[in-house]
Amino acid sequence: MVTDKENAELMSLPTAELLRLAPFAGDFFSSLGLELPDEGVSTADYFASLDAELLEDLGLERQSLSGRFTAFMELLENLKCGADNACIESITIRGGHDKSGRAEEFDLTVKPGEVICIVGPTGSGKSRFLADIEWMAQGDTPTGRSILINGAAPDPSRRFSIEHKLVAQLSQNMNFVMDLTVEEFITMHAESRMVDDIPTVTAAIIELANDLAGEKFTPQTPVTALSGGQSRALMIADTSCLSTSPIVLIDEIENAGIDRKRAVHTLVDKRKIVLMATHDPILALMGDRRLVFKNGGIATIIDTSQEERANLVRFEEMDAMLGTVRNALRNGELIGKMC
Amino acid sequence: MKLITVAGPPSSGKTAVTIKAIAALQRDGVRVGVVKFDSLSTQDQSVYEKQGVAVMSGLSGNLCPDHFFVSNVSDCLAWGMEKGSDLLVIESAGLCNRCAPHIQGVLAVCVIDNLSGVDTPKKIGPMLKMADVVVITKGDIVSQAEREVFSYRVRQVNANATIINVNGLTGQGGHELGKLLLNAPETPDLEGRLLRFSMPAALCSYCLGQRKIGSDFQMGNVKKMDFT
Ligand SMILES: Nc1nc2c(ncn2[C@@H]2O[C@H](COP(=O)(O)OP(=O)(O)OP(=O)(O)O)[C@@H](O)[C@H]2O)c(=O)[nH]1
Ligand SMILES: Nc1ncnc2c1ncn2[C@@H]1O[C@H](COP(=O)(O)OP(=O)(O)OP(=O)(O)O)[C@@H](O)[C@H]1O
Ligand SMILES: [Mg+2]
Ligand SMILES: [Mg+2]
Ligand SMILES: [Zn+2]
Ligand SMILES: [Zn+2]
Repeated sequence: MVTDKENAELMSLPTAELLRLAPFAGDFFSSLGLELPDEGVSTADYFASLDAELLEDLGLERQSLSGRFTAFMELLENLKCGADNACIESITIRGGHDKSGRAEEFDLTVKPGEVICIVGPTGSGKSRFLADIEWMAQGDTPTGRSILINGAAPDPSRRFSIEHKLVAQLSQNMNFVMDLTVEEFITMHAESRMVDDIPTVTAAIIELANDLAGEKFTPQTPVTALSGGQSRALMIADTSCLSTSPIVLIDEIENAGIDRKRAVHTLVDKRKIVLMATHDPILALMGDRRLVFKNGGIATIIDTSQEERANLVRFEEMDAMLGTVRNALRNGELIGKMC
Repeated sequence: MKLITVAGPPSSGKTAVTIKAIAALQRDGVRVGVVKFDSLSTQDQSVYEKQGVAVMSGLSGNLCPDHFFVSNVSDCLAWGMEKGSDLLVIESAGLCNRCAPHIQGVLAVCVIDNLSGVDTPKKIGPMLKMADVVVITKGDIVSQAEREVFSYRVRQVNANATIINVNGLTGQGGHELGKLLLNAPETPDLEGRLLRFSMPAALCSYCLGQRKIGSDFQMGNVKKMDFT
């Protein structure tokens, strides 16, 4: 928290000094459409000197400015140490009830680095379950579930803080709507996270994404020119490095045209909790557990057994075989008789 | 009765998310009424009717829809009470980035969509900057990184608002938005209440129907660009 006293101090600093202490403070002025104050002028004096007509045009009230400034500095503060999420050791989902009111009798605790699969027919409540986690339900959603963080009910203010979002979502039908190069795009994201060494982080993300994608792209490739697989690879690399959300939800990664096993490992390596709605045999067996949904509730929780896992080798061989055929098709080759 | 103003740029998803929130509230037995303001025409009336809510449309024609809104808002409130609503939502036209229908002491919601681009939050005036709740829509069609940057940019211009992501198509987040709407304070009447921000002065000859271009025809509140 930025106290009133600290805020008054910040506001009385000359702008040059303020920017030295908090380089991102300049964004406060530009985001409101104001010019950066002169170096020697304090924020307080600057507010007092602003032309009334200019404020009217911008839709701002002079007396609201210092409050806005405090809130902005608090936001910066939170984002900086916002990696509070890093101290998430566990997330517990306390069972509620299904659509018929039958109790779900479980407490499910998940930890960073775990992979959880979600299976079940359409309408069975998979999306609702994810929404419960995202909203940090406290018995106040249709399922009656509650979510605990590190074993305790989270502070209600967490629900709406952008730096404390629990779930990052990597969905199938995502597009880039910005006309930027890959490098500019990742840089922009890193800036909004107030990362210290932006160029290094950006380069690392691009390299990681290139590792995951079949076809290579450069930092100068426009994001809108990326293929579906390349976009997903970029988002997986970006999310694993820049997102502060401890949980990453991925759906339909199977058709993404990327090395899906490595994609999941990338996230696990970065201590994410990976939730996947998938019926892909390889991904499902990679999971530590599968949550089976029926009628709006979790009907069973299956721990992936050694026996099940043993099949993975076979499935991977089959998958590799299909992959070879896919590549052959892509290269215009004929498919001979396969065993 | 609780009153809520929902504003936001055209097609940002105001109706879509309001419907999802209403659906959740209706399941809990809350009676909702809606008034939609627009300038020329609106399809929203029938969309709301389908959801089974009492709905009224106000078309401002050649008046600024936001000014028209202020002149009629007290009557809207009376209408909502007469219909026996527990909660009345007023959806504005959201045609200009400088106007806002938000009223002091009345829950103010702004709906803005991810597709509009990360520079949009900066460009929207009091409608966004003075809202209590900012609903961000269309997250389903942009990347996670863009969603994060977008909500950060919204936070930059309105650090105090409650920001919530709602998908206007699937309804994800609609239940949660409903809960926020229920927190709105009771608004027994509006006489003497203040708008959160003055509406732009629109009193030049062109407001009054002038069509001819040229300095001889410009009268009243005229403002000139500075080319120096
Ligand atoms: N993909 C997607 N589409 C959405 C979402 N929310 C709304 N839409 C679509 O966006 C379009 C506009 O939504 P409306 O709810 O009519 O927008 P509005 O703000 O009420 O529009 P006006 O009242 O005409 O200003 C519709 O086609 C919606 O289906 C969303 O979260 N995702
Ligand atoms: N326990 C529950 N009690 C009441 N309603 C529920 C419950 N679980 C889910 N629902 C509701 O059932 C509907 C369908 O659920 P949901 O959208 O989560 O299904 P899904 O498994 O994601 O389906 P799909 O595979 O088609 O995406 C939703 O409206 C959801 O809010
Ligand atoms: Mg679903
Ligand atoms: Mg509408
Ligand atoms: Zn206007
Ligand atoms: Zn005019």
